[in-house]
Amino acid sequence: MRAVFKKDLAGYAFISPFVVGFLVFTFIPILASLYLSFTDYDLFTTPSWVGFDNYNDLFTHDKKFWQSLKVTFLYVFIGVPLRLFFALMVAMLLNTASKAVGLYRTLFYLPSIIGGSVAVSIMWRNLYGDKGIINGLLEAVGLDAVRWFADPIAALWMLITLSAWQFGSSMLIFLAGLKNIPVSLYEAAGVDGANGIHRFFKITVPMLTPIILFNAIMQTIGAFMTFVPAYIISKGTGGPLDGTLLYSLYLFRQGFQFFDMGTASAMAWIMLIIVAILTTVLFLSSKYWVHYESKEG
Amino acid sequence: MIAKKWRWSIYHIVAAGGAIVMIYPVIWLLMSSFKKSETIFTTSTQLIPAHWIWTNYSEGWQGIGGHTFGTYIYNTLVLVVLATIGAVLSSALVAFGFGRLNFRGKSFWFAIMMVTLMLPHDVTLVPQYILFSKIHWLNSIKPIVIPAYFGAPFFIFLMVQFIRTIPGELDEAATIDGCGKFRLFYRIILPLIIPAMATAAIFSFYWRWEDLMGPLLYLNKPSMYTVSMALKMYLDAETLSNWGAMFAMSIVSLLPVFAIFFFFQKHIVEGISTSGLK
Repeated sequence: MRAVFKKDLAGYAFISPFVVGFLVFTFIPILASLYLSFTDYDLFTTPSWVGFDNYNDLFTHDKKFWQSLKVTFLYVFIGVPLRLFFALMVAMLLNTASKAVGLYRTLFYLPSIIGGSVAVSIMWRNLYGDKGIINGLLEAVGLDAVRWFADPIAALWMLITLSAWQFGSSMLIFLAGLKNIPVSLYEAAGVDGANGIHRFFKITVPMLTPIILFNAIMQTIGAFMTFVPAYIISKGTGGPLDGTLLYSLYLFRQGFQFFDMGTASAMAWIMLIIVAILTTVLFLSSKYWVHYESKEG
Repeated sequence: MIAKKWRWSIYHIVAAGGAIVMIYPVIWLLMSSFKKSETIFTTSTQLIPAHWIWTNYSEGWQGIGGHTFGTYIYNTLVLVVLATIGAVLSSALVAFGFGRLNFRGKSFWFAIMMVTLMLPHDVTLVPQYILFSKIHWLNSIKPIVIPAYFGAPFFIFLMVQFIRTIPGELDEAATIDGCGKFRLFYRIILPLIIPAMATAAIFSFYWRWEDLMGPLLYLNKPSMYTVSMALKMYLDAETLSNWGAMFAMSIVSLLPVFAIFFFFQKHIVEGISTSGLK
């Protein structure tokens, strides 16, 4: 009995930094934000209980809230699939024995490393300027220049393309997955006379589905929290006409520009619930499209 | 034979073409930083500057907000180094606990850690800010640095995966020799997980170096600003249209990131491939 207790003690001694940190910096704050979401609080006076008012106001009166949800959903559901698509295509391209693959991999991956920085957001902003390189390209092929900072939909495309540009880390994970597909599967398919496209859809994609699921979940959560590009590209406003008002940016503005901590907390909880639902749906859907080897039998 | 050559050429045209498109914006930023501010956008489709100038760098380095860019780099380095040391060491301790020790409640806490890994950090943003303001930590690097000393779920996960690949016989031999748990960790496991710790350190460096939210919330004086905040100041003052200096300092801010990337690429690629780190 004492030995068991001693074992527990040693275990908890080692994981104690995480346990303490989790309680102090995550668990209690989450509960606090649940409480605050039912209050009116400006950080300086004491919070006053308002029941469901914050939630009610957001859902029924706050047009910006709906706009931020719309913009974020567009951003996530266009950006993440684009990212995964490019990641898979380039991983397929680089899954060969060519000597130059290392260099290509580096160049395709580099944007992911720098993508979250303020410098890159500043760069992106200027690529899309009225006289930027993107408009230069459009005019070169005979199209009209777009006023990216005047149209809310065009402005959102700036953010989506910036997100798609950073497909590198998903690409690396796909590459690792591709290398793990047994060559014998392809050889068997070759004997059966399957062509390239057939092999891609019948072997490669099914074998990668667990990795696709993992990537889809992590990238969706990450995309939901995107803040820096929207903040920098719109200079903190979420404009034009709230076209780049991503959810995180609106939450930040509620909390730290309008000092409406109650509404910001309510928004945080709504986000938590949305992310939880999306993750659950992805997990549940996996039954229908993710291929696990053990089932093969 | 000829068909093979064709395939080879087409492959490299597609791959290299794609790579150039990917990297072109960064090269454009670099080249623009050597152009005169007023010519950057009039010549935005010409990559190579007609006249190379260095003044953007000297002007940019003079800084903004009353401090040189060197101050901002120094501030960022202090923050990054302190947070990285804390995150890597504490994560290694926790990872040893999860990866090597058996105790009641282990799977519960491991599950909690995996959930924390996926938790949107926006949920804790407001209450953490309130907490740090109550204990008078605002206007200091404490809210950014100190939480790092309590283990980072991503790094814990990465190291647990790594520790599980180390054969258990080593522990048994050490335990028979009368080695305590801490000595086992310190003497045997820690030296073996250095590659995983290096990967964690590199990612910690990137995330801290590029972080904007932390400094934006907690550092309110230009004398404490990080590189990210300095760049934001340039952007706020963009009406002065000193794009050259802003681009030059953007490049400067990316240099350490590039440097680490090229030196430690192997660690990074392995880290992502094995654990799915962002």
